[in-house]
Amino acid sequence: MNWVAWKMLTGDRAKYFGTVFGVAFGVLLISQQTSIFVSLMRRTAATVLNVRDAQIWVFDQNMQNTEEVKPLSESDLNRVRGVPGVDWAVRFFKSQARARNLETGEFRQVILIGLDDTTMVGAPVKILAGSLADLRRPDAFMVDKAGYEYLFGVGEPIRLGRTIEMNDTRGVLVGVVDVHAPFETFPIVYTRYSQAVRFVPPERKVMSFVLAEPEPGVPPREVCQRIEQATKFQAHTRNEMLWFQVGYYLRSTGIPINFGITILLGFVVGTAIAGQTFYLFTVENIKQFGALKAMGVTNLGLTGMVLLQATVVGLVGYGLGVGMAALFFESTKGLTHLAGFYMPWQVAVLAAVAVAVIIVCASFVSLRRVWVLEPAIVFR
Amino acid sequence: MSSKTIGVACRNVIKEFGDGEAKIRVLHGINIEVPTSELSLLVGPSGCGKTTLISIIAGLLNPTSGDVVLFNTPQSQLPGRKLVQFRAKNVGFVFQQYNLLPALTATENVAIPLLIQGVPRPQALEQARHVLNYVELGSRANQLPSQLSGGQQQRVAIARALVHQPRLLVCDEPTAALDAKSGQTVMELIREVAVQAGRVVIVVTHDHRVFDYGDRIIEMSDGRVVNVTSKN
Ligand SMILES: Nc1ncnc2c1ncn2[C@@H]1O[C@H](COP(=O)(O)OP(=O)(O)O)[C@@H](O)[C@H]1O
Ligand SMILES: [Mg+2]
Repeated sequence: MNWVAWKMLTGDRAKYFGTVFGVAFGVLLISQQTSIFVSLMRRTAATVLNVRDAQIWVFDQNMQNTEEVKPLSESDLNRVRGVPGVDWAVRFFKSQARARNLETGEFRQVILIGLDDTTMVGAPVKILAGSLADLRRPDAFMVDKAGYEYLFGVGEPIRLGRTIEMNDTRGVLVGVVDVHAPFETFPIVYTRYSQAVRFVPPERKVMSFVLAEPEPGVPPREVCQRIEQATKFQAHTRNEMLWFQVGYYLRSTGIPINFGITILLGFVVGTAIAGQTFYLFTVENIKQFGALKAMGVTNLGLTGMVLLQATVVGLVGYGLGVGMAALFFESTKGLTHLAGFYMPWQVAVLAAVAVAVIIVCASFVSLRRVWVLEPAIVFR
Repeated sequence: MSSKTIGVACRNVIKEFGDGEAKIRVLHGINIEVPTSELSLLVGPSGCGKTTLISIIAGLLNPTSGDVVLFNTPQSQLPGRKLVQFRAKNVGFVFQQYNLLPALTATENVAIPLLIQGVPRPQALEQARHVLNYVELGSRANQLPSQLSGGQQQRVAIARALVHQPRLLVCDEPTAALDAKSGQTVMELIREVAVQAGRVVIVVTHDHRVFDYGDRIIEMSDGRVVNVTSKN
């Protein structure tokens, strides 16, 4: 009878595609919205994500996010280095700054990152042009790929040696890097720590963060605790930092509420469409199920048929929906302002679970109608 | 008379719908015996309980009280699942509205009762094509119901009702939706192909034009059997 169920499902092409697309559309809505939200939140944590080689972040107790920096003084670095369990600790500079394109004279707001001169901890991993060693040259800076376009123009071929000016100090481009895009559409400028402090107006304290690594065998969390006790600074592991930053945006901006509502709507609408279309499909076939029941198909047999139809609709619909969402992100990947938007696999799993639940519920509601169906209705 | 084998017997069948104030009694104690190997017509005015009675005989509906004995097996001794299996094996149905599955071809529709019984698909389709030839629709084997006329669809339905060689065939107003000519063709088909030794065939109708086809006419009125006439 599985074959009959399959025929019933696919026999009427228009109805079949209608049902499958209903589910696909629901899945698309769910996965698209959730992905955009997750990507957006991840973008807020770009600074944290871009540091791959230190497990611990140390900074001022009153800081609430990585954008509004309250710098520490140079001597604080030694206090962190003195905490037992700290293998090494280095400076890390982060600030907003203004850069002027010396060729066009245009100004642009940038995120300025200063790396420890000797160790270069926090340096980008993926270098698209130039090499990290060149960052040691006088006036040298590197910029992220999107930032290059923001600074020098969209579609400009990469050309090293171009110059900018920051705080009346000349900077020479020595490399282009691929890093996580930040929340704001600002270029990320990488330079040495000693160079970075010259790219901004002088201040009494300049050290934004201390990046540290625990001694081998000592859990990072424990070292963070020791640092916090010894110095009264905040110390977080890399993972905690991510949530520290994302958490700030969740708590303090309208993004999560507004976006949450949108996602919820996507979920509700997606669920309603997917569930409704499948339920209607079964209801429209109720007379056919009645005839089969009269001819001697048991309730168990009918249940198998409905579940088979549900599985096919669910799988095909899910595949199409997630496929369309993936296609969207894949095709927008190259666009500078959409960089960093992607579909995390967790979202694909979430959508799969959602569809499974929806389809199971819709099947169950449909099946109740099939189960209580009086086979005698075929004579009516 | 005594030589005839009784295939279906109703024993004081009473059927009520609804309960309390709204309760109505549709069948008031039906007692009939229907022999095999002939064509029995169940006739009477609309609303007198014909459909209800054959639904009970075919095992689609439970009587409020009384029993139906099908080929020496009382239905009351066939619990739930067993009755469904009994139906799948022994009963063929022809409906006024044909009730063919629109997504299946004529052959595939005819094969359904065999598939229900677990006959492998190639074999079931082969047998179905064979039976379609009997109802002279061999040339339409691969067409969908929507591509067939009403009379042709009813012939497909008859082929479907017979493909698994049931011992009981029930037809509810099989000619009601058809013009006179197609109606005659359908009745002739039932007479010639359906009526066989050992099989009970009951055709419900209020179409006077087809009364002549019956060997036995069971007349109902207002939930009671009022007259039974037999030609031989
Ligand atoms: N499921 C039901 N619930 C309530 N009343 C019913 C039901 N089925 C049939 N009836 C009633 O039983 C009577 C006999 O109906 P039916 O057997 O269809 O008559 P016929 O087939 O002779 O026209 C009618 O009055 C009809 O309204
Ligand atoms: Mg009727």
